[in-house]
Amino acid sequence: MSSVAQPVPRPLRRRRDATLSLGVTTGYLSLIVLIPLAALVLRSTEGGAQAFWDAVTEPQAVAALKITFLISLIVVLINAVAGTVIAWVLVRDSFRGKSIVNALIDLPFALPTIVAGLTLLALYGPKSPVGVNVAYTTSALVLALLFVTLPFVVRTVQPVLLELDRDMEEAAQSLGATPLQTFRRVVFPNLFPAILSGTALGFARSLGEFGSVVLISGNQPFKTEVASVYIFGQIESDNVTGAAAVSVVLLVASLAVLLAIGGVRRWATRHDS
Amino acid sequence: MTARYLLRFTALGYLAALLVVPVGLVVQRAFADGPGDFFKAITTPEAMHALWLTILIALIAVPANTVFGVLCALAIVRRRFRGHGLVNSIVDLPLALSPIVVGLALVLVYGRNGWWGSWLIDNGFQVIFALPGMVLATIFVSLPFVVREVVPVLREIGDEQEEASATLGASSWQTFWRVTLPAIRWGVAYGVVLTTARALGEFGAVSVVSGRIAGRTETMTLHVEERFQSFDLTGAYASSVLLALLAVATLLAMTLLRREDGT
Amino acid sequence: MRSLILALAAVAVAVLAAACGGTSENSAEAGDGTKLTLVAYSTPREVYAQLTKDFAKTDAGKGVSFDESYGSSGEQSRAVESGLPADVVGFSLEPDMKRLVEAGLVDASWADDEHNGMVTNSVVVFAVRKNNPKRIETWDDLVKDGVEVIEPNPFTSGGARWNVMAAYGAQLKQGKTHEQAVAYLGELFKHVSVQDKSARESLQTFSGGKGDVLLAYENEAILAKKKGEDIDYVVPQQTILIENPVAVTKDAPEQATAFLDYIRSPEAQRVFGKAGYRPVNESLAAEFQFPVPQQLFTIKDVGGWDEVQKKFFDREDGIMAGIQKEVGAALE
Repeated sequence: MSSVAQPVPRPLRRRRDATLSLGVTTGYLSLIVLIPLAALVLRSTEGGAQAFWDAVTEPQAVAALKITFLISLIVVLINAVAGTVIAWVLVRDSFRGKSIVNALIDLPFALPTIVAGLTLLALYGPKSPVGVNVAYTTSALVLALLFVTLPFVVRTVQPVLLELDRDMEEAAQSLGATPLQTFRRVVFPNLFPAILSGTALGFARSLGEFGSVVLISGNQPFKTEVASVYIFGQIESDNVTGAAAVSVVLLVASLAVLLAIGGVRRWATRHDS
Repeated sequence: MTARYLLRFTALGYLAALLVVPVGLVVQRAFADGPGDFFKAITTPEAMHALWLTILIALIAVPANTVFGVLCALAIVRRRFRGHGLVNSIVDLPLALSPIVVGLALVLVYGRNGWWGSWLIDNGFQVIFALPGMVLATIFVSLPFVVREVVPVLREIGDEQEEASATLGASSWQTFWRVTLPAIRWGVAYGVVLTTARALGEFGAVSVVSGRIAGRTETMTLHVEERFQSFDLTGAYASSVLLALLAVATLLAMTLLRREDGT
Repeated sequence: MRSLILALAAVAVAVLAAACGGTSENSAEAGDGTKLTLVAYSTPREVYAQLTKDFAKTDAGKGVSFDESYGSSGEQSRAVESGLPADVVGFSLEPDMKRLVEAGLVDASWADDEHNGMVTNSVVVFAVRKNNPKRIETWDDLVKDGVEVIEPNPFTSGGARWNVMAAYGAQLKQGKTHEQAVAYLGELFKHVSVQDKSARESLQTFSGGKGDVLLAYENEAILAKKKGEDIDYVVPQQTILIENPVAVTKDAPEQATAFLDYIRSPEAQRVFGKAGYRPVNESLAAEFQFPVPQQLFTIKDVGGWDEVQKKFFDREDGIMAGIQKEVGAALE
């Protein structure tokens, strides 16, 4: 994929332009993302390490974090399967209205989270027209999170499926492999990095979701209260340091997941040029 | 054969239950009192101002994130500097961060007791609880999309053409404009669509830093919340439908352009 | 492709120009008269919208226009503390005002008037389903088997704190000891199935069909009924008097103080009264015929906000923190 022969020595101005683009990137990233996050981290350590530790080991905080991680994991596993199936259908299948369905996939990004929460509540809550009432339970949490993370896996898998070379699949089929075997051995390994990326993003997003969850889950401490709602509660109780501390935990967890997935993806594609 | 139908029905069924029916409900309730009430709801002074403000913020945030996104993707893929994996992950962070956390972080910097806030406010620059703060929050949450869409494309196309162009004597800018950009344009376009959708729909972080000044710092999403809280469900749903339409319109626009382009 | 980008750029520039024009237009408007910023909690939104208009018609209020911001009381108070510009501030409970005094934004003498700084009153009531099918009328009814209570989270909602103190005080008024009253609170929270983050959200949860009874402000219940929600409300015999503070900030122009005086005038208090708030202006109280609970008490009767905040709502050692833990442990 990259050039083989040692090229002509690069002129100096290319290095300067490279530095410029790198400089702009770092500057922008710092101003927009890193500085606010630094302020957050520093605030969380204002009371010293002991205060930080106390804040994140408070029973309610621990419960909120546990619930958040567990539910996000469940959501993500469902998404991995559902998202792949949907992407498959959108790429490999054809039916009337497919392009409309395709356009709808991005809606969860555009719909305000409160609207998502409210409509799910209207549909699957106490006044449900279809008789399904899961509001204020952990199922409601899962539902809300499935909604907001729907696009992630679909959109990372679709482009890969589109680019996929069908030759290998056809070869496998002609050699007698069943569709399932073909999928498992030929297609899936190629999709795996994309599925992984999508689920990692969905997981990271689920960890932090607030707007839809706060309306539909009931926010029972120790039962359905997620980390972001807990953080909100701490801010409102004038415990900004504690709120910042738990936020930092979420932040580190998200970063760790993203880094890990990046690493796994690089490992999985190590044989690609 | 049956496998195909099974897959199709599973996918469509899932989408119906989770996405189509809820969104359909929003649309139905928006028009429940008739199209006249729908239009009345979206043309109140507050609703119109909210729409204008939302679009304004998007028009600032989206181009900024697009330029950054392309440069950053280039830096990550082409320069392969040390720590590019970390930068890649940091860029993805805004997707994960809870809006409460984003809002808190911004207040810690730009609030009255914040790092720069006290200086800014004393010198008459209202960043937080005004447009600049809301723009910053929106840029923050919609930052990753262009980068994410362009990086895989850059990786996929390789840099042979760029190398060739450089060898033939083109400047960096010429190479970028004539070789790189056309090759990545659909990645960029799709990234722009996602960034726009996200910027339009942002609620949590903006709600913390907006100050909710009616007719001045209420975006459409905040307006939706306000309508719900005032028991005006039709108004709330109407504005939500408008938001959804804006997002879908950007996507359809891209799809149309793509078709015209022949890809 | 190039022409597309140019077109988009042209549109962007045009919109930005219009935007800048728009914002400067706002400040030009302000140049003619005085612009005041009102930051308040969300419930009296419509009332203040009316009052700001009415004020502009008076002599004192000539040429005064308002920027208004409404949200949950705690969040608004915090926003002002963090830099949200404000001239007049109104909250649902005193501690939210105290916060601004401590931040140096409101003068400590804000409560030194005949109304102790308050602008409206209300009481804690039980909002129930239409026709009260479960016959919920007393505090004891709330802890009967199978009764689901809706109550916001006391650590994020001011309204929830009024509710808790009403419940606690009601026990004392019925002759219970402090320990028994606290035990009652624990029992009550075992019946709370949803803890929304604000009082308004609690009301919407209840309207959405969840729960048998909602602890709410009287004026919230009245507003909901006006807006067509299918609910009724009961004023319990023992309940707390909710007092809502209002003040001007230190650097506010004098018209802000004039507005403060105006909203306590009989004219303005009448507007409040029609919207379901109990006027502080006593001459009007008789006009509105609000039910008077037999054993009405105030926050002072249960210790005053300073003591109550520490004793009940300290997030580590407060009584409510302990109860949340207990209830949570029981749920696990």
